[in-house]
Amino acid sequence: MAGAGGGNDIQWCFSQVKGAVDDDVAEADIISTVEFNYSGELLATGDKGGRVVIFQQEQENKIQSHSRGEYNVYSTFQSHEPEFDYLKSLEIEEKINKIRWLPQKNAAQFLLSTNDKTIKLWKISERDKRPEGYNLKEEDGRYRDPTTVTTLRVPVFRPMDLMVEASPRRIFANAHTYHINSISINSDYETYLSADDLRINLWHLEITDRSFNIVDIKPANMEELTEVITAAEFHPNSCNTFVYSSSKGTIRLCDMRAAALCDRHSKLFEEPEDPSNRSFFSEIISSISDVKFSHSGRYMMTRDYLSVKIWDLNMENRPVETYQVHEYLRSKLCSLYENDCIFDKFECCWNGSDSVVMTGSYNNFFRMFDRNTKRDITLEASRENNKPRTVLKPRKVCASGKRKKDEISVDSLDFNKKILHTAWHPKENIIAVATTNNLYIFQDKVN
Amino acid sequence: MLSKGLKRKREEEEEKEEGLSVDSWWLDQSHPAVSQTPPAAASSSLFDLSVLKLHHSLRQSEPDLRHLVLVVNTLRRIQASMEPATALPPVPTPPTAPSVADSLLASSDAGLSASMASLLEDLNHIEDLNQVPEPQADEGPPGRSVGGVPANLGALDLLGPATGCLLDDGLEGLFEDIDTSMYDSELWVPASEGLKPGPENGLAKEQTPELDEAELDYLMDVLVGTQALERPPGPGR
Repeated sequence: MAGAGGGNDIQWCFSQVKGAVDDDVAEADIISTVEFNYSGELLATGDKGGRVVIFQQEQENKIQSHSRGEYNVYSTFQSHEPEFDYLKSLEIEEKINKIRWLPQKNAAQFLLSTNDKTIKLWKISERDKRPEGYNLKEEDGRYRDPTTVTTLRVPVFRPMDLMVEASPRRIFANAHTYHINSISINSDYETYLSADDLRINLWHLEITDRSFNIVDIKPANMEELTEVITAAEFHPNSCNTFVYSSSKGTIRLCDMRAAALCDRHSKLFEEPEDPSNRSFFSEIISSISDVKFSHSGRYMMTRDYLSVKIWDLNMENRPVETYQVHEYLRSKLCSLYENDCIFDKFECCWNGSDSVVMTGSYNNFFRMFDRNTKRDITLEASRENNKPRTVLKPRKVCASGKRKKDEISVDSLDFNKKILHTAWHPKENIIAVATTNNLYIFQDKVN
Repeated sequence: MLSKGLKRKREEEEEKEEGLSVDSWWLDQSHPAVSQTPPAAASSSLFDLSVLKLHHSLRQSEPDLRHLVLVVNTLRRIQASMEPATALPPVPTPPTAPSVADSLLASSDAGLSASMASLLEDLNHIEDLNQVPEPQADEGPPGRSVGGVPANLGALDLLGPATGCLLDDGLEGLFEDIDTSMYDSELWVPASEGLKPGPENGLAKEQTPELDEAELDYLMDVLVGTQALERPPGPGR
């Protein structure tokens, strides 16, 4: 079902929106990451205030099968607090940079969340029963005088209102000098990597006082620094393989079996620069902001400022597919450089069947590209037309010339409304799209 | 130079305001000056904008490395395209620099490389903070760049192209027209100690000329191979 018919044959409908309504955005509420868990039943968001909010999908109502279950708040907790590094006199931001779920092994759920410096493993567990009928304790916890006990009874579990508790199980700290941009769980489900601007570390989920450094691109002399790591991810199937992307538009694939320190890549993916598009900003727009393997593990997708590229892992010299996200911005790069928008880091994601890819843009627009039909669509996350099951109307940006009705001109785009974080349900056509401080959930039209 | 003692958020707000208050006339295609501007001048404007961004980035207590690296690399591209076409703007005689913008423009080239070098040198020691303190005065911006009269200026003529570092091959061109009298002026006062009493110029970047002189100092020391890092802070601190 997932991906059937592709991005365009699907009619996307508004389902829900979470977050404050008013235009005045509280800084702490800015959403910084969005992630579905392995089953898609849970959807986690992290924000600039260091909080994690988890939504749970309602079980489908078989009678009212016109829509899939809604997502409602399941758990909210403060993952990271602002810290002060006394040694360097620096504040460490509590903003959650990434959340990654672990596959479920028992009744509890586990996720990793990270800020700039510290990764935490959280356990989210449910409690819906509690023991009652102790012999030596009253119900309120006070101890009974043993001499008043005349009969014995066996305590029993009685149902209670569902309580969802989040508790930190591991804290992985003090391993990153620079800002963590990525975490990725290995397919062995025992180890994970964390990447900052210059280094990548490998951790065991059980061990917090040690990590292995597997990539280090820090030059001996920082004056020679010209490139940083921008994203990293483990291969979904091959537990010895991972990739990392750079600010120069390259992706390196490394095999941990080759050496302890994976400074030498096994493969280097780089597309030669198009000479006709060369400008002062060529490097900045080639900087890769996100890299994601396909579910199959055969492809990987990268996002740079203007495009999304799909790479076949067997071909290093160029991507197999390239999709232009907002090519109309190419003539505006100077302005975007001036207002720093050119440094925005957009993420991208695959649908469950790897047939459609999605990424965000400005003006609260987001784009989907169907790899099979080669068609694409632009949609908007907005509170207008937010009745459930309202089909979203495709949007179009007019690059130049006469603006048709319903088109929006490039100069009218709101560059403060950026969609940086999007996520696709692993099995169904349900997507989560984060605007600055709101989370939109869209579904395909059922029936 | 690096205001490490200040809280990042508040400083970010302040610096954002400073950094983005640039008049962007050069981006307005309908502006007569822009449409008639030869490409060299447009590059120069972009250069100045990039320098401003770099200064803004440098003033963060913990700079965003990606942003910094991208801006620096872009600056190098622009710089490379500008020479040998553009003439160097003359270095003003501080501290009577008439305005912030002018002094930035004029000292940007010289100050740029020195700023980048100093910052990245600082970054070298982020990790070393946990270890034995360096014998050099690297604990902060003031210690390093202060000094007396610098070494032989003539040594600059012997500069060869730099080897792959940010102090680029354009260095010779940068220092050609320097008025050496600037080295006789007052020593630099660190930013955190407030503004020097000076001319009626209330702008926050008044100390930039001194800043760049001192960095130039350091730069020259490095280039001529005399790492005079242990110099005690001079008067004015």
